Amino acid sequence: MTGARAPGTLEAALRARRDAGHKLLVPYLTGGMDDGWLLALEALAGAGADAIEVGIPFSDPMIDGPTVQEASLRALGRGTTPDGVLADLSRVDVGVPLVVMTYYNVVYRAGHERLAGLLHASGVTGAIIPDLPLEETGPWAAAADPADVATVLLVAPSTPEDRIGAVCARSRGFVYAVGRMGVTGEQTELAASAREVAARVRAATDLPVCVGIGVSTPEQAATVCQVADGVVVGSALVRRLLEGAGPEGAAEFVGSLRRALDAG
Amino acid sequence: MTARPTPRPAGGRIMGDPGPTGRFGSFGGRFVPESLVPACLELEAAFRSAWADPAFRAELAAILHHYGGRPTPVTECARLSAELGVRVLLKREDLAHTGSHKLNNVVGQGLLARRMGKHRLIAETGAGQHGVATATAAALLGMECVVYMGEVDTRRQELNVFRMELLGAEVRAVTSGSRTLKDAVNEALRAWVADVADTHYCLGSVMGPHPYPWMVREFQRVIGEEARGQCRELLGGSDPDVVVACAGGGSNAAGIFAGFADDSDAGLVAVEAAGGAALTAGIPGVLHGMRSALLQDEAGQILEAESISAGLDYPGIGPEHAHLAELGRARYVAAGDGAVLDAFQLLARTEGILPALESAHAVAWVVAAAASGELAPGTTVLINLSGRGDKDVAQVRDLLRGRR
Repeated sequence: MTGARAPGTLEAALRARRDAGHKLLVPYLTGGMDDGWLLALEALAGAGADAIEVGIPFSDPMIDGPTVQEASLRALGRGTTPDGVLADLSRVDVGVPLVVMTYYNVVYRAGHERLAGLLHASGVTGAIIPDLPLEETGPWAAAADPADVATVLLVAPSTPEDRIGAVCARSRGFVYAVGRMGVTGEQTELAASAREVAARVRAATDLPVCVGIGVSTPEQAATVCQVADGVVVGSALVRRLLEGAGPEGAAEFVGSLRRALDAG
Repeated sequence: MTARPTPRPAGGRIMGDPGPTGRFGSFGGRFVPESLVPACLELEAAFRSAWADPAFRAELAAILHHYGGRPTPVTECARLSAELGVRVLLKREDLAHTGSHKLNNVVGQGLLARRMGKHRLIAETGAGQHGVATATAAALLGMECVVYMGEVDTRRQELNVFRMELLGAEVRAVTSGSRTLKDAVNEALRAWVADVADTHYCLGSVMGPHPYPWMVREFQRVIGEEARGQCRELLGGSDPDVVVACAGGGSNAAGIFAGFADDSDAGLVAVEAAGGAALTAGIPGVLHGMRSALLQDEAGQILEAESISAGLDYPGIGPEHAHLAELGRARYVAAGDGAVLDAFQLLARTEGILPALESAHAVAWVVAAAASGELAPGTTVLINLSGRGDKDVAQVRDLLRGRR
């Protein structure tokens, strides 16, 4: 572990919430998916999100299932660009940390230093780039670290023990524990692998551990948080937004997740 | 074509082992979600072990010989040569079982999957050639097979869908994105994440995350090694002046180039489809696990490739090709649909061979380069005829009727 490293903004904020006895709730929505997405973003913060993950849409989202694919396509169909999403984010202050999720080609095309600078200037404190595994992280992290943009790495159910330590050591902000082997999408049952992977990551690091992919309901969120520090909930929220739930519907769903976590 | 000295990587072969990071110069790599990293590492270790095992190589060679029809011949084209004024030789991958070079790769990967204890193959396909080849290998080795194919392509290549089903494979139509080859790759990768424990992803070209670009090139290297020896016999101990192959992902080109890149002076030319010319029109980026040249917009969104041949409709190209282009060891050019249709008919009329529309791109470039003088009279050109054109006859009929 990098004992001398001072925690960045995202890590400090999440640690503070955790140390105060809260479970971390990180909802996801796709940037630019409709006209009202910024209102939805603000509603999520008001409904009890501890951080919000904002997708920058990519044409070929290979770790995403049908729901986030659809949101990405809609966003791109509206002419959404990375710069546009960040310009929108720079105009709002939702009071909780913002983390972007996108694919590496978007980052690579924008330029590591340029994008890291843009993220910082837009008030974004973290980035999840799922197709950038540990071994390929170096050039991006060299730009992101000094910009105080935390590069959140993933641990999967398939990750062997000796690799978990290395991934956690390089992860910033929190560690994203992948709840199931598969793509993003709602599941009627929580996979057994969700609690298992959370426990394995928990044993390897003191960083906050959030489980995402396959966590869809308040009950599942509460179950996984018996082991994890928090959850990322994406498709279940994005589906509601695609169906027209609007900011109120989004807030209602996130509020139900919040209550389930607080009831623990 | 003028020969020019080629810079060689320090201490290594031009088309050698890309090492544990899978790098060809600055291209390649392993840009996949963490869920797939262990599977890629396992596959690399298994391939390294198998490729160093004479028993594995002997079994592969025996199947490719007794079942696949290797070695495929090199055919001297007397009438075409007379018409073009250059000496044309064809490496006849169209005569391999299933009608293209794809079998070399799928038998190799099928044997490797079996060695890894995996009993199920998944694959992506565009025109259907790789899907048919994978379904064939699965039938031969007694494995389950699921092929992902863009919905648009399942309609364009209805007969190949039926062919795969006859071979016992399940064809899943992909309805995401542009519903063509790149989306079929996305969907196969998504499916692999979910079933990685018992499933091998049998990727069809020299693309994807490490070790695929290297492994598939090694499985296709047999084309170049055979051709080198066959040309020397035909040419009194000499190599051809120029070796030409079509390139979508670039597996047949990588296979034949591998026989010539390191220790011959033969010029290497890869011909992309004008509507899918990653190296002619693309810029560096990362897609499907690799850093390579890609068709993309200003924001990094991937563009769709479009050409007469579904097999070349891919917005990227294998990373080793990007490296060979950067080194200047191979040239990357493009052929348009009209010239390709002409070349298809020319080869049929002069030599009695119907090339796959993909392979006809290579012929089209030779025709144009001979006419322009870029290929000097008397130059010896080896074309990799990567597949046969039976699958394309109906499409060519429709295109030619449309022309009139």
